[in-house]
Amino acid sequence: MTLTSDNKQTKTDNLITATIDGIQVQVPKGTLIIRAAERMGTFVPRFCDHPALAPVAACRMCLVEIEGMPKPQPSCAIPLTEGMVVKTQMTSKVAEDAQAGVMEFLLINHPLDCPVCDKGGECPLQNQAMTAGRAESRFEIEKRTFPKPIELSTEILLDRERCVECARCTRFSEEIAGDPFIELLERGAKQQVGIATDEPFNSYFSGNTVQICPVGALTSSSYRFRSRPFDLVSVPTTCEHCASGCSLRTDYRRETVMRRLAWEDPEVNEDWNCDKGRFAFTYLKTNRLTQPKVRTKDGTQVDALWPDAIDFAAKGLKEANGKVAVLLGGRLTMEDAYAYSKFARLALGTNDIDFRNRVNSAEELDFLGNFVAGSAGSVTYADLEKAKDVVLVNFEPEEESPIVFLRLRKAVAKSKINIIAIAPYLSRGLEKINAEVVATKPGDEAKVIRGLNIAQESIILVGERAAASPGTLSAVLEAAEKTNSKLSWIPRRAGERGAIEVGALPNLLPGARPVTETSARSEVGAIWGVNASDIPNKPGKNHAEIIQAALNGEVKALIIAGLDVLDSPDPQALGQAINAVDFVITLGIQENSLTRYANVSLPVAPVTEKSGTFINWEGRPRPFGRAISSTNALTDARVLAMLAESLGFEFGLQTIEELRQELSSFGNWTGKKIEKPVVKEVGALETSPSTAILSTWNLLLDDGALQKGEEHLAGTQRTAVAHMSEKTAADHKLENDDKVIISNARGSITIKLEIIEMVNDVVWIPANNHDSKVKSKLGAKEGDIVTIQRGNF
Amino acid sequence: MSIRAITEEDIKNLEILAAKYPERRSALLPMLHYVQSIQGMVSPAGIQTCAKVLDLTPAEVAAVATFYTMFKRFPMGKHHIGVCTNTLCALLGGDELWKELTDTLGIGHDETTVEGLFTIERIECQAACTVAPVVTVNWEFMDSMTPKSLRELIEKLKLGAPVQSTRGVQITSISDSERLLAGFNDGKYSDSPLADDSMLAGLRVAKQRNMSAPAGKGVK
Amino acid sequence: MALTPVLTAHWDDPKSFEIESYKKYGGYVALSNSLKMTPDEVIGIVKDSGLRGRGGAGFPTGMKWSFVPQNDGKEHYLVVNADESEPGACKDIPLMLANPHSLVEGVAIASYAIRASKAFIYIRGEVPHAIRRVMNAVEQAYAAGFLGKNIQGSGFNLDIVVHAGAGAYICGEETALLDSLEGRRGQPRLKPPFPAVAGLYASPTVVNNVETLASVPAIILNGADWFKSMGTEKSPGFKLFAVSGHVNRPGIFEAALGTTMSELLDYAGGMRKGSKLKFWIPGGSSVPMLTPEHIDIPMTYEDLSAAGTMLGTGTPMMFDHTTSVVKAVSRWLEFYKHESCGKCTPCREGTYWITGILEKFEHGKGKEEELSVINDVCGQIAGRSFCALGDAAATPFPGAMKYFADEFRDATRIAADASFPPSATTIFDKAGV
Ligand SMILES: Cc1cc2nc3c(=O)[nH]c(=O)nc-3n(C[C@H](O)[C@H](O)[C@H](O)COP(=O)(O)O)c2cc1C
Ligand code: SF4
Ligand code: FES
Repeated sequence: MTLTSDNKQTKTDNLITATIDGIQVQVPKGTLIIRAAERMGTFVPRFCDHPALAPVAACRMCLVEIEGMPKPQPSCAIPLTEGMVVKTQMTSKVAEDAQAGVMEFLLINHPLDCPVCDKGGECPLQNQAMTAGRAESRFEIEKRTFPKPIELSTEILLDRERCVECARCTRFSEEIAGDPFIELLERGAKQQVGIATDEPFNSYFSGNTVQICPVGALTSSSYRFRSRPFDLVSVPTTCEHCASGCSLRTDYRRETVMRRLAWEDPEVNEDWNCDKGRFAFTYLKTNRLTQPKVRTKDGTQVDALWPDAIDFAAKGLKEANGKVAVLLGGRLTMEDAYAYSKFARLALGTNDIDFRNRVNSAEELDFLGNFVAGSAGSVTYADLEKAKDVVLVNFEPEEESPIVFLRLRKAVAKSKINIIAIAPYLSRGLEKINAEVVATKPGDEAKVIRGLNIAQESIILVGERAAASPGTLSAVLEAAEKTNSKLSWIPRRAGERGAIEVGALPNLLPGARPVTETSARSEVGAIWGVNASDIPNKPGKNHAEIIQAALNGEVKALIIAGLDVLDSPDPQALGQAINAVDFVITLGIQENSLTRYANVSLPVAPVTEKSGTFINWEGRPRPFGRAISSTNALTDARVLAMLAESLGFEFGLQTIEELRQELSSFGNWTGKKIEKPVVKEVGALETSPSTAILSTWNLLLDDGALQKGEEHLAGTQRTAVAHMSEKTAADHKLENDDKVIISNARGSITIKLEIIEMVNDVVWIPANNHDSKVKSKLGAKEGDIVTIQRGNF
Repeated sequence: MSIRAITEEDIKNLEILAAKYPERRSALLPMLHYVQSIQGMVSPAGIQTCAKVLDLTPAEVAAVATFYTMFKRFPMGKHHIGVCTNTLCALLGGDELWKELTDTLGIGHDETTVEGLFTIERIECQAACTVAPVVTVNWEFMDSMTPKSLRELIEKLKLGAPVQSTRGVQITSISDSERLLAGFNDGKYSDSPLADDSMLAGLRVAKQRNMSAPAGKGVK
Repeated sequence: MALTPVLTAHWDDPKSFEIESYKKYGGYVALSNSLKMTPDEVIGIVKDSGLRGRGGAGFPTGMKWSFVPQNDGKEHYLVVNADESEPGACKDIPLMLANPHSLVEGVAIASYAIRASKAFIYIRGEVPHAIRRVMNAVEQAYAAGFLGKNIQGSGFNLDIVVHAGAGAYICGEETALLDSLEGRRGQPRLKPPFPAVAGLYASPTVVNNVETLASVPAIILNGADWFKSMGTEKSPGFKLFAVSGHVNRPGIFEAALGTTMSELLDYAGGMRKGSKLKFWIPGGSSVPMLTPEHIDIPMTYEDLSAAGTMLGTGTPMMFDHTTSVVKAVSRWLEFYKHESCGKCTPCREGTYWITGILEKFEHGKGKEEELSVINDVCGQIAGRSFCALGDAAATPFPGAMKYFADEFRDATRIAADASFPPSATTIFDKAGV
């Protein structure tokens, strides 16, 4: 599991030599003066400048003197050239005066309300006013005032009088996010940031504007007035939401997380993250489980001490007598997932373990085993940036992996890149990356891929929904091979990629080793201190098979961890399975319907209270440390270690160091791989005059469990509407804005219709927004047939 | 005052404007003039419509609409009257004219009379300094105004009597002017009076004093 | 030097704006002649003539055209800057009103020279009368085969779009104009790239003033030497001088560059009865003011620059002894504040600040030490703003202080209207007639 770094040495013939403040500097051609000065340790003050945004030279704070030029020049916009002689404020009175002058201007209309401003203590204006400002104000006329503050969205607030008009926020929104919902309005001294009437700043990336605002003009509703920067302790963390793998900074105070920010990581999230990663952390506050609970004979759940709960659990497992299976969610750290993988084999003697609590298939299992496991670095963010041709299959970058989306957008802005999306329609996110859509009915993906003229050496990105469409993953593999293309599978959840690597699947052992290979088993056995024969040699049951086996009594006990029932491909079936077995152990951070049902419910640590690693979609390890250490919350691995010992197994893994040590000893598997799937395409199902094919995916912001408790963020969700083509709508006698009822034998969803250009005979609805709860209400997946009716008004 | 809704016909006209340019967005200013010609203002609905036609966000359109002084975010009266109060006009009498106008109509800058006939505005230099002080009605010029001629102008407009602009056409309404600015030619190019004294001042002196450009080989 | 009517020569023709009238005096012959030359030959003549841009900066026109890359396979554009909004400037609008075909012909020749097949005439929105005339001239030129496809059988195609602005002085700045023409806020662009390389729609673009282009047909027709026989070596040719203010006969005077202000004033009938010239501004409020002692300086780029000011738009504003300098400067600053685009800090905040202080002076309430604050603030804008509007805004006050510091000191005690009663400054009589 190693990654090759993409940083190539800059060639020397691309270097130029110049002088800054009397010191000779050598920098790559094209380096802006402001950055060259930074390299030598001189910070030229700035506001509008941001390394990720195109220079505008608007604020004029960064003026420096350049020999031969009559006027001071903006160092943020001028590249250093061979032989240039630059003097910054360190050596030039001209530059110093110019900067002091601009600073004075910026302060004349500023409210100077630092004591009550969120930015106080971490404010570039405040800091630079100290170094470049005058002690006293000469401004004696009336300051410009605005009624304060205005809501740009439920999440973002604007105090206009604090704004220095640097336009970083508006430029970010347009250039980076592609969401020009905030703009500079008015002119001259009246110029101000704002939104259009009736169109709030509902961008998935809006929080970044708060972070890059160099003053306290933009604040978030959720953090405003809640703490002062100097009271906060910052730790680097990794986002637990999606597989993009953003580096974050978690700021906490008195053991409570107060806010999260994007932490710069040039290879992954650069300077950004999405609003889910930034704001959705309040789930930690509600329904936390802190105490083990066991179900007594009379059926009630009572608090238990850890040793008693562990003993009780061990007893239950023993009674199940080898008929135990493990169902996991996709959000475990790699370390914890590894512990489950080892526990299943060693303590339970089973390969019946599957983390894929979402749409999945046996074909996918082979795909993951054959291609994904051990494929770290097959495609990287840097590759996306350089790509010429990209094919997206069942994958909506903006919704499912926002940083992949941003990187594709960057690539599109930089160069000619052709993005083809196999999707039912051109979504807003796809439109923003200039994608060309091959309008495809769910179910027809494999057929379309086979018929598509994919350019040689493309990059193919396939999303988790491909598992819903038989043959798609087989076709994707075939296409990649045929066109010499790079392929990457991008799951939605942060823990999935790690779970694959550590073998939390029925067909894989840690390090991409097939369970069926003897040498694989003996390599693993050697590390675990057991014989190859102690590890079961047949592929275990997958997610669906485990549920089936539970229903028919083949499985008697379940260990369920990090899993949200509502994420399950069929929550109802999962519920029945849980009902059917004799014994259920759950491990989780929160109390919910599942834990309330468990025979033993064991609390584990949330990401803030432990160290761990997520493997992002690239296969890149994203380790993180513990932010909050005062709680005694245990990791899943620690709990499993206790349980294993109670069952009489030598388990190890007492500390994270020990665990990581053991993990690193696996190395790469060089033996035979799992056979690649060769599954025939089935094709889209037939519709009748009253039915349509369902298409659905999760929007980035939805009613997911980890987004609970953050109403400001929820307010920026996209409104839930159904989409159909004009023809399909007409077939069902529906018009724009009609209410449409989408139903199956399980239930129905009523939702407003918005007709768009899309493939016929398909209805699209969001998977989990407002009333559009596809899994709980329909138990359906993409490609299923649903009945369409016109709703009442 | 109710703002007239934007119709299918209007959308067609907006499309005509967009089609004139290599890149459709270039038509935004003309489109906003058009919206103003039918609504007497640039309303949020007008902004939404332009955004839709050009595939922009409403914020992008609002950013443009609020930048330019001619676009009004409040309903204008039938006639827009501007008084140039930039330095030269102001000193030569523009300030007095402005005072006269506000006193007569009882309203101030960017305000509209209650019956909806006039909206008045202090305007910047109109490139008519040689005929200062300048007043505009629906942007048609009334040159070399005096308080008396301004009073008479207002009276005539109130009565609906014909008013001929000194450089432009007979006054109709701000709506008609805006339609022209949107790019729909009203064909009234020859309704304007001939070159006035100030435009001919130099030519007359040259003729009187027998001055001319050197003879060239061309016929000019 | 003498009056040299070329552009204005036939403005007394009752149909001067019609194509027949224009053709009667040799109109569109220059276009036909140009189409028989190579584009580079046309550029050569304009270069040789020494024609300098009439929009204010005086950049040599032929040179500007030659910057446009050739055979780059890209669309090229010609954009006419008809935004005339500079306080005092009032020559392009009358020109378009009386002689729009000279502009259209100039546009056609210039487009041919720079290999553009699409031209835009960006006219400020507040002048419907001029827009009508230009729209009509364009239509007439199409009908006569001077625009459109395969003009005069030359294989050259040209389309002209007449485009109205919407009230923003900054759109006269050429890059702001391009943004405005692209349907954006008219805020200036970062240079480089310069318009000649990446202008409208990121394609090579030439932006020229109305008068500049309208002067081209006569140059093509009569030759560079003819043009150079007027004016001075560095400032050749004729120019429209629009004289306004307290003069007896304000108006447009077309004369050779190098004509002095005193000559122009004479043509304009002198200062109004009983009045004395107090100060004057040679070419728009953005250039520093001068006093009666400068009245014999030749109106050329070089001589005015030597006198510490600029030719600018060549449209002198003449103010007599009844005028309050304080009020004049205060009003100009109000204009710059109103028109500052807001993009850069010095101009946006500086004009806000100065205007606030000057307003106090206008009411006799200034404080002496504030004069140095204004002076400092002007210094903090000049040379540090993003575009020349900021520099322009920083011009009137220091210029006025140079000659009329005492008047500003008086304004710490006496309101401008008390020192200089408006009734004396206005040009109508007490009865308001
Ligand atoms: C604030 C500002 C306003 C300007 N306004 C005008 C204008 O209204 N008309 C014009 O021709 N040039 C104007 N200019 C000058 C133009 O930027 C540009 O130099 C000119 O159009 C070039 O044409 P020319 O070379 O033919 O003079 C302005 C410049 C600035 C900085
Ligand atoms: S100087 Fe700055 S604020 Fe002023 S107009 Fe130019 S760019 Fe805009
Ligand atoms: S940081 Fe350079 S002008 Fe703003």
